[in-house]
Amino acid sequence: MTDNTPHIETGPLEINQALLKKRNAREIRFRLYGLSAVLTAIMVLCLLLTSIISKGYTAFEQTYILIDVRLDTETIDPKGTNRLEDLAAASYKSLLRAALREQFPGIEGRREKRQLYGILGTSADYDVRDAVLDNPKLVGTTATIAVKASDDVDSYFKGYISRDVPEDNRKVKDLELIWLDTFQADDRIIKKFNVDFFTNGDSREPEEAGILGAVIGSLYTLAITLALCFPIGVLTAIYLEEFAPTNRWTDIIEVNINNLAAVPSIVFGLLGLAIFLNFFGLPRSAPLVGGMVLALMTLPTIIIASRAALKAVPPSIREAALGIGASRMQTVFHHVLPLAMPGILTGTILGMAQALGETAPLLMIGMVAFIADIPSSMGDAATVLPVQIFLWADSPERGFVEKTSAAIMVLLAFLVVMNAIAVILRKRFERRW
Amino acid sequence: MEQLALFFALLFLTVLGFILGKGRAVALSGQSDQPLHSRLPYYGLYTAIWCGLPSLLIMAGWMIFEPQIAEILVKSQLKEANQSLSADQLSLYINDVINLASGGILSREPDESILEAAESYHLFKQISYFAMAVVAISVSLVTLFGSLRKISPTLRARNKVEKVISVIMMISSLIAILTTLGIVLSLIFETLRFFEKVPFFDFIFGTHWSPQTALRSDQVGGSGSFGAIPLFAGTMLITFICMVIAIPVGLMSAIYMSEYAGKNFRAFAKPVLEILAGIPTVVYGFFAALTVAPFFRNTGTMLGLDVSSESALAAGAVMGIMIIPFISSLSDDVMNSVPQSLRDASYAMGATKSETITKVIIPAALPGIVGAILLAMSRAIGETMIVVMAAGLAANLTANPLEAVTTVTVQIVTLLVGDQEFDSAKTLAAFALGLLLFVVTLSMNVVALKVVRKYREKYD
Repeated sequence: MTDNTPHIETGPLEINQALLKKRNAREIRFRLYGLSAVLTAIMVLCLLLTSIISKGYTAFEQTYILIDVRLDTETIDPKGTNRLEDLAAASYKSLLRAALREQFPGIEGRREKRQLYGILGTSADYDVRDAVLDNPKLVGTTATIAVKASDDVDSYFKGYISRDVPEDNRKVKDLELIWLDTFQADDRIIKKFNVDFFTNGDSREPEEAGILGAVIGSLYTLAITLALCFPIGVLTAIYLEEFAPTNRWTDIIEVNINNLAAVPSIVFGLLGLAIFLNFFGLPRSAPLVGGMVLALMTLPTIIIASRAALKAVPPSIREAALGIGASRMQTVFHHVLPLAMPGILTGTILGMAQALGETAPLLMIGMVAFIADIPSSMGDAATVLPVQIFLWADSPERGFVEKTSAAIMVLLAFLVVMNAIAVILRKRFERRW
Repeated sequence: MEQLALFFALLFLTVLGFILGKGRAVALSGQSDQPLHSRLPYYGLYTAIWCGLPSLLIMAGWMIFEPQIAEILVKSQLKEANQSLSADQLSLYINDVINLASGGILSREPDESILEAAESYHLFKQISYFAMAVVAISVSLVTLFGSLRKISPTLRARNKVEKVISVIMMISSLIAILTTLGIVLSLIFETLRFFEKVPFFDFIFGTHWSPQTALRSDQVGGSGSFGAIPLFAGTMLITFICMVIAIPVGLMSAIYMSEYAGKNFRAFAKPVLEILAGIPTVVYGFFAALTVAPFFRNTGTMLGLDVSSESALAAGAVMGIMIIPFISSLSDDVMNSVPQSLRDASYAMGATKSETITKVIIPAALPGIVGAILLAMSRAIGETMIVVMAAGLAANLTANPLEAVTTVTVQIVTLLVGDQEFDSAKTLAAFALGLLLFVVTLSMNVVALKVVRKYREKYD
């Protein structure tokens, strides 16, 4: 090392001055390189977040069209029972279609009619039904009801589809534009907060797709992960840190845990596929298996964090407890563990955050299936939030781009909350000795 | 879930055991003059363990072995009815029976023998569940009362409870070993089956990768060749691009943060880097596929270059961003552990800060930095989601970063997602690739950890 130490050449003073200038310039340049490296990282983060937010914030709004629907007593409630079940069973689709035809008389051809109906979302009739169920008195009158627009119309009003594009390459055709302009001129286009995005499961139609199914799936999966890896991880850490004799066997376990922490996550997926699914015959796509795989993956993180937390508790605590006659087990469980708990919990939350964002191993055990239902138990087929993002990112429809970004925003929000809790825990409860 | 109900019943009995055991100890301490050996809760724990552990173990064992037994039963019944079936057809049959019994979808119209088998399978399931419940609960009750009767002032309850806890702790520390063992065994087992179908050297040295095997002999283009060289080349190319971005940026930001940055700047910049590390890879993948790749493509078109929309450059660049915080935090640690005396000596000789860093600190920290880079590389090689979303599927043997290449992890995902059959060379190939990935990343980690540890010892 000492060979490398720069030596200053001896010579006339002016030459040294020149050299010094050069060296100082180099110093400033080096410093600038460092600063620009940090700034690059910060800039990239900003770029990533802005690109996602700018693509995704529109997904929290949904375009609705106000339509005057004649709520015919004949069609809705021919027997006049006025019971809610009868009202719910009526065919609102035909009423809605009649209302559209009335709005734009002179639409004759089958294709044009289909086009006209297509500007409304596939579940627009439910909007009418819900309005009627909310207020059964509407039956027999003509009511102005806000119904959901289709995803293409929605994209158009959000500015993703430009009128300047030639008609052949445009999802919203000229004829539809004329209708939409009429609606807009009458102030019949409104935007509402997109509640369905938070209350629906997955769907093939972008305007219907929501994240609730994926969020519930993630919760089930994380519950299993936590239930498995927290006790096992903490017990392992206690054993290795407080009880294990120093011998070869303990060494092997330690090296093993360190290496396991760096195994690519997809390999855990292969393990899950070969052992849990094919050997034990557990159900595919289930949060149960997903949670087990993620638990194995998170285990090293929790063990390493817990050991660090246990190590930070000073030996004087142990000596004091042992000194007044506590057994080793009592010392650890009554004194050391409670003191180490904030650190252990911080590590656990960070491990859970990592598990929440993990995608690859879950692809291996079949959690990529298209599942529209919201899972109701740990054994049901389900998907999780990051996998949902992956699935939507693969979908060709324009409407899914904003949904994907919005789902990413939700995922990031969860991660921010979890990390914030970890930071607060660390700040408030961690003691320095 | 019926099993869940039983589980909660057993849990309830366990809690009951704790209360009864403790109550009995309280009663004893009132009656006899002899002081109790242990503190009161230990008697409760003693009964709770006796009451809960054996019955829960019985339940777990039952649930593990029941499906196998059920399958054997179905098999024997089906064999009598259809003796002409081959092994594959038989397993399909059994799947149908199980699906039918649990209300799933069949691969064919149910015929007489399947219906019959499903009926008996269903019956067996119900009997088995009933038997499991009876056995588990009665074992639980017997052990509960047995252990209650054993409670006496001389019972060394604490020692017994602690013995059980220490055994449980040892078993949990074995899980990590079992996981590694499970990974190694499952990968090796499937890989050996793969090499029965495809020769080893064709796999390692073959230059043509197209895993689509023909289902029927008259189909076109389905020879199925498994030469993995293009995948290695693709993985190397993307990893190389990734490291070209991550090493300078990561290293320079670590230097700036540890040597130059003021307290306030560090307090702001460090969390930013941590956020970069905490972003899920699927988000990076989306960013790469929807923002970075089109950007490179458009820039390339402007410059008159033909850039693929799934270029290795986009995937590698975004992966590099993901790796930056990894390298910077590891090398930050390493540089911080270079002793202050080296710095002081260098300054005393008149060296500037940058001269001290480049000529003293970095050479001193080099082993640690190399270890950090190795760890980062192994992570880049094993990274999946970014390449699945942003890199290509077709295996091109090229070193041009503007073209689409595929990687080992991408192929594992595409070979296994949505594929149900487990015996084809196609699915087994994924396990062979997985084993390779595991061995490569593991050896890099072992080397890296060894280097880092040795380096630490040097200055401790």
